[in-house]
Amino acid sequence: MDKKEISVKNALIHGDALTKLSAIVMGAGMIGHKQIVKGLMVLACEVAFVFYMIGTGLHSLSMLPSLGTQAQEKVWNEAKQIYEYTVGDNSQQILLAGVVTCFVIAAIVLLWILQLRHSYNLQKTLEKKGHVPTFKEDIFNLFDKNLHITLMTLPCLGILIFNIVPLVYMISMAFTSYSKEGEHLILFDWNGLTQFQRVLNLQGNIGRQFFQVLRWTIIWAIFATFLNYILGMILAMIINRKDTKWKAFWRFCFVLSIAVPQFVMLMIMNIMLQPSGAINVLLKNLGWISTSLPFWTDATWAKITIIIINLWIGIPYTMLQVTGILQNIPAELYEAAKMDGAGPVKIFFKITLPYMLFVTTPYLISSFVGNINNFNVIYLLSGGGPTYVGDTAGQTDLLVTWLYKLTVDQQYYNLGAVIGIMTFIILTIITLVTYRNSSSYKNEEAFM
Amino acid sequence: MEDTKRNKLSPRKRLTNFLVHLLLAVLAVIWVLPIFWIILTSFRAEPGAYTNTFLPQGYTLANYIKLFTDRNVLNFPKMFKNTLIIAICCCFFSTFFVLSVAYSLSRMRFKFRKPYMNIAMILGLFPGFMAMIAQYFILKAMGLTEGSAIRIGLIIVYSACTGLGFQIAKGFFDTIPRSIDEAAVMDGATQWQVFTRITMPLAKPIVIYTVMTSFIAPWVDFIFAKVICRANADQFTVAIGLWNMLQKEYIYQWYTCFAAGAVIISIPIAILFIYMQRFYVEGMSGAVKG
Repeated sequence: MDKKEISVKNALIHGDALTKLSAIVMGAGMIGHKQIVKGLMVLACEVAFVFYMIGTGLHSLSMLPSLGTQAQEKVWNEAKQIYEYTVGDNSQQILLAGVVTCFVIAAIVLLWILQLRHSYNLQKTLEKKGHVPTFKEDIFNLFDKNLHITLMTLPCLGILIFNIVPLVYMISMAFTSYSKEGEHLILFDWNGLTQFQRVLNLQGNIGRQFFQVLRWTIIWAIFATFLNYILGMILAMIINRKDTKWKAFWRFCFVLSIAVPQFVMLMIMNIMLQPSGAINVLLKNLGWISTSLPFWTDATWAKITIIIINLWIGIPYTMLQVTGILQNIPAELYEAAKMDGAGPVKIFFKITLPYMLFVTTPYLISSFVGNINNFNVIYLLSGGGPTYVGDTAGQTDLLVTWLYKLTVDQQYYNLGAVIGIMTFIILTIITLVTYRNSSSYKNEEAFM
Repeated sequence: MEDTKRNKLSPRKRLTNFLVHLLLAVLAVIWVLPIFWIILTSFRAEPGAYTNTFLPQGYTLANYIKLFTDRNVLNFPKMFKNTLIIAICCCFFSTFFVLSVAYSLSRMRFKFRKPYMNIAMILGLFPGFMAMIAQYFILKAMGLTEGSAIRIGLIIVYSACTGLGFQIAKGFFDTIPRSIDEAAVMDGATQWQVFTRITMPLAKPIVIYTVMTSFIAPWVDFIFAKVICRANADQFTVAIGLWNMLQKEYIYQWYTCFAAGAVIISIPIAILFIYMQRFYVEGMSGAVKG
């Protein structure tokens, strides 16, 4: 049967009484068309939905526009001779309940469409004396041609409940006054784009910090991605050189540093580079310096230190990842270049690098995204510091670490949500632009 | 033999070779030194984070003993037990999620397939923390942020979204020839049988890889654990414990124990990682080729 014919519109116009009935009593069409168990299950969903809406859903929806108005109050209880607290509204819970209700409604609408189309389909099949799958056959199909439904339902539910719902919830916070500023932690209101204006206003304190953090985030991501990439590639090439001996041993030395959990290594580095940490002690004992080097106390030092330590962490990864791809570069290319008298540096920039860029653009994009969102390195190394008085963002804070500080430490939830949204927008733009302009997107077929 | 070979190389080449090996040696020292230093520190007899000498003055096993016997201040054995329980559960759920999604996307064709992959890509662009703070509120609404329910909360947080990380496993499944499946279907096998009896045994390396990565995750994550546990000290995982040992109030007493703890959790992870290395490389080059 033509798939286009099975639509909600057709079901409502051409459907028989039972199909039309299922627009109100969900599952009626299935029960009437020989799929009783399935129909009853759909009906149960509708009943549950109605009970949910009457129980809490309608209330949460009605509270959503105001986000609650009743503050907690102290009331004198004459009989007990004490002050009692009335239960006030909690805007954060109201918002969460509202978001969840919206998702529940969306789910029931989806189910409504699906069951209506399905009933119509069943009706048509029966009219043509076709075979309607029994419940047993449906179950069997869930393990055969519909296996993807069985396999993907739980993971999708997990993603929906613990990734998409939280994200929508957090995004909606950006449009409220949910913040410690002005004591809006329990009761807050919608306030539109105010927070966005604050963040984008270069004159304001928050705006100034935002652009400062953004600049460092991008500088950091560029350095961390490309330095790691190029130096890691050079290291891999040096180890794989024909004349290099003990290849496995060298590789082992570098891989060992990946094997140690990253956060442990970062914390150790942080301690080692403190003013009286091991590195300063070593340098002093050797007589090379007389006062400690300001690894974390000076903004420029801290930035350079972070980039260098990230090299220490990242280079072995790149080395591992590119080794296989490097060996795929056609040998003819190198031979031709050597014939023309190109030196190793020229060969690297004219052949190896373009080839690698061509093959690994997707990898580069994902590692760039990873670096912009690289929380651990900054948080555990410098903690975002040094921080100037009056700022919430330190000199080495990335957007993510600032987001963390704003929400977890300062409880400026609305501002944090705005920063998160901005990060997402920036990443989307960068990803789309680089991906569209990459040669692997323009010309999927071949290199050169 | 060695001499004749060496004579064949020109002096220029011999010099380059020498310089390359020297460079590698210097780099290797830079990369191994911090690891070496932390191992030495874990056996150091003097307490405190900052000492006046680079190498320890005396060696002892007391740090390791203290780590596993001192239960009053920072209860490391308890944390170890918590993390182990969480890791085992996570390992089970994550492996199931990742392999199910990867297999479906690689082998089955359905309408939701492309949208799913696009959604996964878009979700990956959001900073992980944004979801994390809201996740805390959701878990709180479900009552999973108090007492021993925190464990369930952490298991959920670590495994619920793993269905988004299907890329490496999918890349691996893509390399298994479809003709094998088709032959099995001809012989009357259902898709479920193909998945469990044919693809899974063939994909053993990637199954092991997935099991190991999801087992390691709770040991090395500290930020999700910190946000969800808050101040519930008896639910701490190893990572928070180690982080706490470096805070101002504990660092003098606990620094060398921190080193010992770091060594203890690094050893199994290092062994797993060195074993997994080749799948990591294969997965990577597979994903890029695709």
